[in-house]
Amino acid sequence: MISFELLVSVTIAVLVAMGVYLVLRARTFPVVLGLSLISYAVNLFLFSMGRLEVGSPPILQDGVEVYTDPLPQALVLTAIVIGFGMTAFSIILAVKAYVELGSDHVDGEEP
Amino acid sequence: MTEPVFYHWMVAPVVIPLVAAMCCLLAGKSLLSVRRLLGLGGITASLAAAIYMFVMAWDGTIFTYGLGEWPMPYGIVFVLDRLSATMVLLTNVLALFAYLYGLSGDDEEGAFFHFLFLMQITGINGAFLTGDMFNLFVFFEILLLTAYVLAVYGGGADRLKGGMRYVFLNLIGSALFLIGVGVLYGITGTLNMADMAVKAAQVGPGDAMMLKAGAFLMMVVFSMKAAIFPLYFWLPKAYASVTAPVAAIYAIMTKVGVYALIRTTILIFGDDRGFVTGLLDDYLLPLALLTLVMGTIGVAAARSLRLMVAYMVIASVGTILVGVGLYTPDGLSGSLYYMVHSTLISAGLFLLADMILNERGGSKDRLEPGPVMPNIVLLGMTFMIAMIIAAGLPPMSGFLGKVFILSAAADTRWHELAWIVMLTGSFFTLVAAARAGSMLFWKTNTAPAGERTRAQRYLPVAGILLVLLLWVGFAGPISEHMDRTAAQAFETSNYIQAVMGGGQ
Repeated sequence: MISFELLVSVTIAVLVAMGVYLVLRARTFPVVLGLSLISYAVNLFLFSMGRLEVGSPPILQDGVEVYTDPLPQALVLTAIVIGFGMTAFSIILAVKAYVELGSDHVDGEEP
Repeated sequence: MTEPVFYHWMVAPVVIPLVAAMCCLLAGKSLLSVRRLLGLGGITASLAAAIYMFVMAWDGTIFTYGLGEWPMPYGIVFVLDRLSATMVLLTNVLALFAYLYGLSGDDEEGAFFHFLFLMQITGINGAFLTGDMFNLFVFFEILLLTAYVLAVYGGGADRLKGGMRYVFLNLIGSALFLIGVGVLYGITGTLNMADMAVKAAQVGPGDAMMLKAGAFLMMVVFSMKAAIFPLYFWLPKAYASVTAPVAAIYAIMTKVGVYALIRTTILIFGDDRGFVTGLLDDYLLPLALLTLVMGTIGVAAARSLRLMVAYMVIASVGTILVGVGLYTPDGLSGSLYYMVHSTLISAGLFLLADMILNERGGSKDRLEPGPVMPNIVLLGMTFMIAMIIAAGLPPMSGFLGKVFILSAAADTRWHELAWIVMLTGSFFTLVAAARAGSMLFWKTNTAPAGERTRAQRYLPVAGILLVLLLWVGFAGPISEHMDRTAAQAFETSNYIQAVMGGGQ
């Protein structure tokens, strides 16, 4: 039986590895994809920083012994929204650069 | 403690530009004069609030404002001490000058200049005021997202190239920031900077490495924003290609990174913090000297005026961090004095470079023989004065700032190295400035010149130079204030007491 912690950490590791690889391709479309993958990994990582608890309430009350930390979840929500805006902008920028510069290299010209 | 007239005054420098920005957005693409008026009103009101805050923080009181009145350390808190008040005031003074320059024509190139500019001010003011790690991230994102859009404002191949580099690198930086915040939260269980400082001191040996890893990730991110070696390669192209008022406001952006470095390494990773005591004590100063060297080489090698000024920004960040890296109140005081000077003069030089560029027609700001500028005498005199201030010739403010930093370094083990690097750097900057000046103003050909600069454009540059002359004229009281500011920054227990005890 694979533990929950191992599964989450391996997922994060694989996402980051793929993201870094794609970013290093230095073409705008793979870079945008890679950045999205990295931001997914970061969101998962942030989420797991509240410790991984299954089936416990996200709030501290009388009578509740085990609870999960709700704060990282709020942080992740914020990070998702910001990441969404950033991705949208970088896509527009990439398209504009491709149309105006005639190259999809991140330097704006073929190396 | 004097009771403030209005309870919510602490958020004014964030809320005022934010509301003005939204109103500009409502005005849409029409109503240029309305948008200009809104923008000018917003920035002036925000400047007034900043001056008020500066006066309030003058006597050394640390004010806190808990947003939503959540009890500390759970809620987000704004903290005003002398350091943040000084930075907010600097931001708004600079914003006013840059905006005035933008009103003379650059704001007509695209529809959302006023909105973006005001949002930029919102983000920078917020980043200086917040006392919460995640809130700092949010304000960083606000100022970055607007900076991304402003980087390509006006269009053109150069701006797109520089802008793409800037955007992609900073997106990776944001991811690292989040990981760093996540680790710090996971270990200390708090996001409040003051609380984090208390908790960081109590971390046991088991979590020490994780805490250090998170802390160093944050340092990497702040170093990237501040453009410290080896993380400055995104800066020159981006800064050299953007529209003049944007370049002027960018001059404060690297200082946001410097401020975050100062704040976190003194407050959270400073003295008596267990395993993260003096996190950057051994690293920051060598890196600062390297940054200074690389920046100066760039200044000497630059082939256009704006690129040269962009490298001067890097060199000035190096100079500032030499003082910060000493981690003594004297060093920090000198750095703060120099930081205000270097921010204003780089902004002024970017504006001046734009005027020269427009008057030189096809030669632009390239350092090559070009046409005789229509306004050559006035521009030449302004250029000479600005460069004397920037290169740090006595008795100007750049010289004084460097003297403060050098004298703070005098009794330390970095004595010789800091003196040699900083003085050699100043010398080469001066040589490069003289070469650029003689190339731009003396080596002329008969190519057609550009348009005569409108008088309106001299106003912001003259304003900046005037502030810098006052900066050296009142150097005595100002440096005393900076001494008190630095001393307060190192009195971390007062900061923690103010945040954790009050603001409820």
